[in-house]
Amino acid sequence: MNKVLSIIKDKSLTYEQKLMSLAREAENSINVLNISEESEIYRKEGIICDLNEGNAPYRPRYIAPDYENFLKNGSDFFGLTPPKNIWEATNNLLILYKHVPSITSFPVYIGNLDTLLEPFVIDEEEAYLAIKLFLTHIDRTITDSFCHANIGPMDTKAGRIILKIQREYPTSIPNISLKYSKETPDSYALDVINTALITAKPSFANDRMFSREFNNNYCIASCYNGLPIGGGSYTLVRLNLAALSEKASDEENFINHVIPDAVKRMTSYMDERIRFIAEESNFFESSFLVREGLISKDNFTAMFGIFGLAESVNHFIDSTDKKDRFGHGEKANNLGFKIIEKVYSEVSKHKNPYCEITKENFLLHAQVGIETDKGISPGCRIPIGEEPEIHEHLLQSCKFHKFFPSGIGDIFNFDKTVKRNPEFLLDIIKGAFKEEMRYLSIYCTDCDVIRITGYLVKKSDMEKLEKGQQVLSDTVVLGLGAVKNSKVLERKVRTNG
Amino acid sequence: MAKGFINKILPFSSVDGPGNRTAIFLQGCNFDCLYCHNPETINNEWNLKYNNGSVPTYMSVEDIIEKIHRTRAFISGITVSGGECSLQAKFLIELFKEAHKLNLTCFIDTNGSIPLNKNEELVSLIDMSMIDLKAFNTDEHKMLTGVDNSVVLENINYMAKLNKLYEIRTVIVPDILNNEYNVRMTSSLIASLNQDIKYKLIKYRPMGVRLEKIKTSIPNDKYMENLKTIAKNNGCNNVLII
Repeated sequence: MNKVLSIIKDKSLTYEQKLMSLAREAENSINVLNISEESEIYRKEGIICDLNEGNAPYRPRYIAPDYENFLKNGSDFFGLTPPKNIWEATNNLLILYKHVPSITSFPVYIGNLDTLLEPFVIDEEEAYLAIKLFLTHIDRTITDSFCHANIGPMDTKAGRIILKIQREYPTSIPNISLKYSKETPDSYALDVINTALITAKPSFANDRMFSREFNNNYCIASCYNGLPIGGGSYTLVRLNLAALSEKASDEENFINHVIPDAVKRMTSYMDERIRFIAEESNFFESSFLVREGLISKDNFTAMFGIFGLAESVNHFIDSTDKKDRFGHGEKANNLGFKIIEKVYSEVSKHKNPYCEITKENFLLHAQVGIETDKGISPGCRIPIGEEPEIHEHLLQSCKFHKFFPSGIGDIFNFDKTVKRNPEFLLDIIKGAFKEEMRYLSIYCTDCDVIRITGYLVKKSDMEKLEKGQQVLSDTVVLGLGAVKNSKVLERKVRTNG
Repeated sequence: MAKGFINKILPFSSVDGPGNRTAIFLQGCNFDCLYCHNPETINNEWNLKYNNGSVPTYMSVEDIIEKIHRTRAFISGITVSGGECSLQAKFLIELFKEAHKLNLTCFIDTNGSIPLNKNEELVSLIDMSMIDLKAFNTDEHKMLTGVDNSVVLENINYMAKLNKLYEIRTVIVPDILNNEYNVRMTSSLIASLNQDIKYKLIKYRPMGVRLEKIKTSIPNDKYMENLKTIAKNNGCNNVLII
C-alpha cells in the first residue's frame, strides 16, 4: 500500500501521530541536500545515520529556548505580559511549549522548572495545585518522552513540589534531570533519589562538568543532551562504529585510516544539513523565537553521535569469553578508549562557522540507539547481559564521559531493597561524579515507568500497545521496539552488592 | 602488618550500615547458630563442607586498603562482618587505623560475644557497631548459638553508652524461638538506652541454611508487622522489617 495511505488507515496511530507521520512523508518527497558521494555510500550502508531527520530540515533538531527571558519579558507574539502569579507563569509556559519546534515537533527542553517557578511559589498549597495541573497538562499534551525538564542545583520549594507530584503521579513525561553540584544539599538529592526509585526520574547531571564546558549556560534536553540555552543543536547524525569496524583490516587500520575517513564523510554531511537550515530554510528569519530573543543562531551547535563502541571493540578482540570483551578485558577497554580518543581528535579538527558557541566544533554525543537497532549497544555502553559488577561498571564507564559534552549516560537498575537506604545511591552518585561521570540514571525493578535507553516509557503502556491498543505517547512505539531488539527489560538488577 | 582471615569482600553494599559501604567478611565464628545462613564462614571444617564457591584467604591490611582505594570515591565507610569479626581484634585495629586515614567510617557487625570493654583501643577506632541479639533469654540463646548471652548484653549496654550502637538485630524464627518475648524485651532495652537506635527484625529465610539442623518456616507478613508494633509501642523509633 502507498505509505501515505497506510498512515491514514493505521488504526494504532492517534490523529496527531498521523499528522506528524504525513508531514514526514511530505518532507521526504523532495531532495534538496547536496550530499557527497562518499557520505551517501555510508548513509546507504547504515554507517552514517541521521535518525530520520528528514530530507529538507526546516528547523533545528533540538531547540532550547531561554524561558527565563520569556517569563521576564512576556511575549508580543502571543500577546502575553510577564506573569504575576503561579497560574499565569504556568499558563504562559504551556502556551509557549506548543510552539517550540523540534525534530518531533514537541519541545525537547521545557526549562529549569524549579528556578523558573520559584518566584511564584508564595502559598505552597496553591503552588502545589498549579504545578500539579501544569505537569498533568504537559504529560497529556506533550506526548513525547524526549520532552525534558531540568531542576537544581539548589534546593527550592518549587523543586520539592515537582518531586512530590512525580512520586504521587508517576508519568513518563517530562523526563527530568537534576543539575547536581556541591551546592545541592544532601536532603534534596535524597528527595530526588527517592523519586527516581518510584518513577525512574530525575536523572543526575554533573553540573560541574557541564557548567565548565558550556560557560555556565547549559540545559539537558531530549534524552540527556547537554546544549546551550537560547540555542540548541541543528542536527544529530550518528556513526555506527560496529558497522564501521567491518571496513577495517585491523585495529591499526581502523584507528589511523577508517575513522578519520568516516569522520570526514559524516562531518561533510552534517555541514550540508546545517547549511540548509542556516542559509536556505529561512527558519531563523521567520521564527518568533528569534524575534523575541528566546533563541539566537549564535547559540546553536551540532552533535556528532556515535554508537556501537562495544561491538566495534569486540569485533577486533574476537573472543567469546566475557573476561576478554569490552567492559571486562583490559585490552578491550584500552582499545575502546583509543577509538573514542581518535574520534574525538578527528571531530575536533573539523570546524563549522555556524557553531561559534562551541568554538566552531561539533560536540560528541553517545547516541542511545533507535528502536530498530538490533544487537548494537548505545554509545559507549557495555552490552546488556554483559554488565560487570557495579563498581567495575562505574569505573569503566566514567572514563568516556569527558569526551561527550552533548550527552552520554549510564543507567542502573536497582533492586527495591535499596529504597531502604537511599544514601547508598547518593554515595554512588557522589563517587561517580568525582570520577568525572557526566550523567547517571537510576530506576527500580518495581517501577512502572522505566528508562529505555535515554527516554522513559511506562511498561503498562507498552503492554497496551502490544495488544494493538492506542497509546497517547508516540515514544511507546520506540520503547516497545527497543525492548524487543535491545533486551532493555533484561538490564542487570543491582542488589546489595 | 597483621593479616586477616577473609571470607570475601563486597565492594558495594547497601545493607551493612548507612550509605554505600565496602563489606569485609571475616572467616571464623565462635557461635554455631541453628539458622546460620552462611555456615561456610564459621570455620574451615564448615568451609569444606558448605563451600559456596568463596575460598577464605589471609590478606594483609595493605592488600585490603589497596582494594578499597580503587572504589574509595564511591563509599562512605567500611563494615567488617563475618563470621565473627571481633575474634580478629588485632587485625581490626590495624585495618581501622588505615581506613580512618582515608576518611572512611569503620563499623563492626558482631555477635557481641567478645567483651569490648576489655579492648579500649579497638572501641576507640570503631565508629559504630551493629550487634545481634539473637535471643533475650540466656538459655534460649545457648540453645540457638551454643553460647549464653551475658557478654552480648554487656556489650550492647557498653556501646550504647558510648553512642556507638547503630543497630540491634533479631532474627524471627517461628516454632524455635520465643519471638514475641525476644522483641518485647529487646525493644524495651533499646528504648531505655536510646530510642533512635535501629531495631531490625529479620525474617528467617532458608537461604544457605543447614536444613538438617533446623525445622521451621518463614514468618508471614502479619506476624512480622505484629512484632514491629510491639517494638514501636515499647518506644523504639526505628524499627525495620527485613
